Order: sequence, then structure tokens, then C-alpha cells
Amino acid sequence: MTHTVLVTGVSRHIGARVASVLAADPDITRVIGVDTVPPPSLTREGGISLGGTEFVRVDLRSPDIAQVIAAADIDTVVHMSLVSAPSRSGGRAAMKEHNIIGTMQLLGACQRSATVRRVVVRSTTAVYGSSPRDPAVFTEDLEPHVGGPVHGYAKDAAEVEGYVRGFARRRPDVTVSLLRFTNFMGPGVDSPLTRYFTQPVLPTVFGFDPRLQFIHEDDAVEVLRRMATEDHPGTFNVAGAGVLLLSQCARRAGRPSMPLFSPAFRALGNAVRRLGLVEYSPEQVRLMSYGRVVDTSRLEAALGWRPKFSTGAAFDEFLRSRGLRPFGGSR
Amino acid sequence: MGVPGEREDGRVIPITAAPSYAEPEPLAKALAFLRRRITGDYEVDEFGYDPELTDKVVLELIRPIYHRWFRVEPLEVKNVPEEGGALIVANHSGTLPLDALMLQVAMHDEAGRALRLLGADLVYQLPVLSHVARKTGHTLACREDADRLLRKGEIVGVFPEGFKGVGKPFSERYKLQRFGRGGFVASAIRAGVPIVPTAIVGAEEIYPKIGDLKFLARTLGLPYLPITPFFPLLGPLGLVPLPSKWLIEFGEPIRTDEYDDAAADDPMLVFNLTDHVREAIQQLLNELRLRRGHAFPPFL
Repeated sequence: MTHTVLVTGVSRHIGARVASVLAADPDITRVIGVDTVPPPSLTREGGISLGGTEFVRVDLRSPDIAQVIAAADIDTVVHMSLVSAPSRSGGRAAMKEHNIIGTMQLLGACQRSATVRRVVVRSTTAVYGSSPRDPAVFTEDLEPHVGGPVHGYAKDAAEVEGYVRGFARRRPDVTVSLLRFTNFMGPGVDSPLTRYFTQPVLPTVFGFDPRLQFIHEDDAVEVLRRMATEDHPGTFNVAGAGVLLLSQCARRAGRPSMPLFSPAFRALGNAVRRLGLVEYSPEQVRLMSYGRVVDTSRLEAALGWRPKFSTGAAFDEFLRSRGLRPFGGSR
Repeated sequence: MGVPGEREDGRVIPITAAPSYAEPEPLAKALAFLRRRITGDYEVDEFGYDPELTDKVVLELIRPIYHRWFRVEPLEVKNVPEEGGALIVANHSGTLPLDALMLQVAMHDEAGRALRLLGADLVYQLPVLSHVARKTGHTLACREDADRLLRKGEIVGVFPEGFKGVGKPFSERYKLQRFGRGGFVASAIRAGVPIVPTAIVGAEEIYPKIGDLKFLARTLGLPYLPITPFFPLLGPLGLVPLPSKWLIEFGEPIRTDEYDDAAADDPMLVFNLTDHVREAIQQLLNELRLRRGHAFPPFL
């Protein structure tokens, strides 16, 4: 069977890796990667090679994407083009437009298409929010307790999920997989959270020690590859086994933590955000207070596979790649 | 030494029999413990339970209070299953929930099981308290967490009276308050685990609540702000609990495995079973109180 796969968001690390893995798959004839900016590997800045992927520069917010889908007889769409933090130039409005309008355009094009058979969308466990009133472990069918996330990325992701569910209702013949990833961790990952852990001192919220979960980038790529090549309709949490407490992460990284009362934590967060150093959104503050853990048994049952790296192993890999080690020795 | 050898020669002496092998030095053990803590090389479960910290630090701090101050006597510990899930349902009293801590020590040290209590959401909003509660194995009282813990075969503890029980006036001591909506019974039915009715006698006398600063409590967002004979009169000294004699009895387990799953959604059945558990605890309480006699032996 011939496959033509469209991957969005290939200019970023995980997107590029997924595209190159799919391009290497013998069952897939063609991989088309799209993004608003060219991938670093094409601009000679280094970065992950896209392999045999054909890159097309498309602004997802424009209807051009429909032409790409129609012209290439795409049968599988892997949508990973969700931006998690506002860029320094565009700001929050541009980020929101990219996430929401981009998804609407893409899904609109898929709905029109007669060839698309499978749609895989990357979302985030941030859609569950974090609060002291929520259960300790989220399963896929739990609704957020207090009205859902109201800020930034989490809000965008929740809206995107709404459009994806709408699409799945209107096109029941298309297999739709919605993947809620926890925070990516690994040598190549550059996210607000990885930047947080490389600071010399880690500000924490006084009196709280959140539970965190990570997914290793290799496992994330493998989950996306399987979802793009097999039929697994539904919503799935994706996370490495086990949890780490923030205090445990700080100790493993050998970084002193600086507990701040939550108003001070918020004020500091706003200050450094204005300086453009580290991203502390309100949702980040909530995560740093109450933490978030998801149940991944549905994913493991569907794929008959579990992530190779546990949360702890993924974090240790990340620490090794950055040369971070605990106080007084190596692990 | 009549017949030396024959069988003796063939006996394998286990290496652990050597005196030097018995137990690592306490100092070496303490250092290994410190090293693990400093490098973050320990495990917590998905609820944030840190068994090592709980056993070696938190419970170690509570044990003197358990043994010396309240002289807690656990009774009928055999009624706690040695393995598999169970739901411990106990009475709640004492103004400050010290009964939860004593019950945890009794379960941990006498029954050899970790107790996973379901607590009010107030606990998880407060700094310090929230993470200590999670690290010592407890979680929020909600259906999802209760079901998950019971399915994993953990011992889950609930105080269905909640704030009504722990904050009741001294004049109502040992009178069980209303039990919530019976959600705990439904969870036990869904998991098919036994319910162990448990009575705690002694906690009622630690801070006899004779009044309530309701207005101040409301402004501070607390469920109550007690007046005891010594608090706020003696200031912080009034926070020292009175050394009453404690007994904790684990009652005959009530089986739920003969009900099918649909039974958890049958309100009549759930209410009846809740009442049954409540009566069992009240009866245990009455017997245990008689058996103890004076609250502050040998004087009062």
C-alpha cells in the first residue's frame, strides 16, 4: 500500500525527527513536511536532517495548505505544529493565531479531501490543568475540574482538541488519533522546562513539591511513527512511566532550589518573562505548585508497547547531555 | 560432642551467619540514606508517596508520641488484610487530626501496611501540608483516586465524618456524626475489597473543644477555630495535646465482593451498607470506651 504523509511543524526538533523517521519507512512513498519557516537543516544551521522529506514552506494560517493536500494525494496527516510559547517577535496573539487558525485551516482541508484516511494530532497534557481539586492521576476521559485551562498554550490546545473532535464527528471514516504528550525531555529538546532546569538556581514555590512526568524524545517520535502508520483512533496520554518530584529533579541536576512564596514566584516569573529569559506563564506556576500526572495504560494497551525511557531515565538522559550531575558525585 | 561431623560437615553455613555480615553499620546505613536523598536517587509513586522518607523521617518523628505520649494500643490487627486492597473506615475526632497520624503509625508498624488516607481538598491547597500529605502517601478524597488506589491493592483509609467529626464539641465525644454520601462504600464495591470498620478511642480528649471562634474561622477560610481549656489561653503551649490513653481497634471486615459492579450505582444498597458500617464503628467505639475506662489513667 502506498502512503503519502503530510507532517506539519517540521522546522522544530521533534517534527523534523518524525518526518525523517517516516521518510525512512519503506511502506511510505512520500513524506511532505510543511512549516512556516524553513527547517534549520536546510538553512545550513545544522539541526536534525529531514531525510527524504520534501519540504514545502506553507503558512498554516493560509488556505494554501488545502492545495498541498489536494495536489499530493495525502492519506495521512501528522499535525505537530503547535507552538507552546510565544515567540519574541510575534507575541501571544501570533502564537494563538498560529495554533488555532492553523489547525482550523488544516482540518478544513482534510475534511474536503477525499484521500485523507488518518489524522494524528499532537496535543498536551496541559489541557488537564493542575489544581488541588483534581485527582492525582488523570485518565483520558477526565474533564478538567475548574472550567479547564484559561491561559496560553493549554487554552490553545484545549480549543484545538475541540476542533479535532468536531472533525472526527464530521468525518467518521477518518481515523483520528489525539495524543496528549507530557513534557518532552532529552538531549535535543529545548523547551521552557529544559531551560528552567539549566538555570544556576531553581526558583520553586514555597511549600509545594509538584509531581512531574516526562517523555523521552525517542519515545515521542516512536509513538508518533506508530500512530502515523497504524490505526489507533482515540485520545491517548503519552508519558514515561513513574514520576519525579521537582525537589528530586533539582537534586539530580545538582542545582540548589530557592523556595519563594507564590506571589513572589509569580512576580519573579513576570520579570524574567519580560526580559525574555525563561517562560513562566500562569499555567507554569500552577504546574510548579500542584504538578500533574497522567495515566498511560490506554496507550500501552493500544500499541502493545510502552515507552523505553521512564520519566526518571528520560530526565537522567537530559542531564547527561547537558553535563549536569548531582551534588558530590556521578550517577 | 558424641558424633561430630556426619551431618554437621555437610551443612552449608549461610554467609549471613557471619557476625560481620549481620547488619551494615548504622553509620554506613545513615550515610547511604543521606547519599540517596541528596542525589535524588529514590522513588516515589504516582501519588507522590515516598516510602523511605515516610518510614525513616516522618514516622520516626511521630513514633515517640505514639508510644510514649498517647501509649496507643492497637487491637485486632489481624483484621487488616496482609495483602490486597481494603478500605479502613474510622471515626474522626480531636480538633486537630492527630488520629490520622496515629492510625498511620499503627498500620505501618503493627500491620506492616502503608495507609493511604483520603483527605479534604483544603489540605491540598495549603503550602507545606499539601506536599507532606502527598509524600506520606495520602491523596485527595475523590472517586478517581480512591478507585485507583484500591485497584492497585493498597489500603485506603477514610474518615467519612470529615470536618464534622474532627471539629465537634467535647460534649458530643464518641458520637459518630453523619457519614457523607457513602462514596467510600461505592468505591469499595467497585473494587470488591473488604471494608474494615475501625474505632479510635482517645483522640477526643487531646484538645477538648469547648468553644468555636466562628467569625474568625470564616475570615481565615477555616472550617472552625477551636477554644479549648488551654487554647488560646496559654498561647502556643495550649497546642500541646493532653496525654490521653488511646486504643485503636480494627473490626471484623465487611465483605463487598459478593456484590456486582452495578451495586455501586444502587443508592439504596450503598446507603444501607454505609449505615451498617457506621453502626459497626459506633458499637466498637462504645465497647472500647468502656474497656479503656479513664481517659488519663491512672489519675482521671
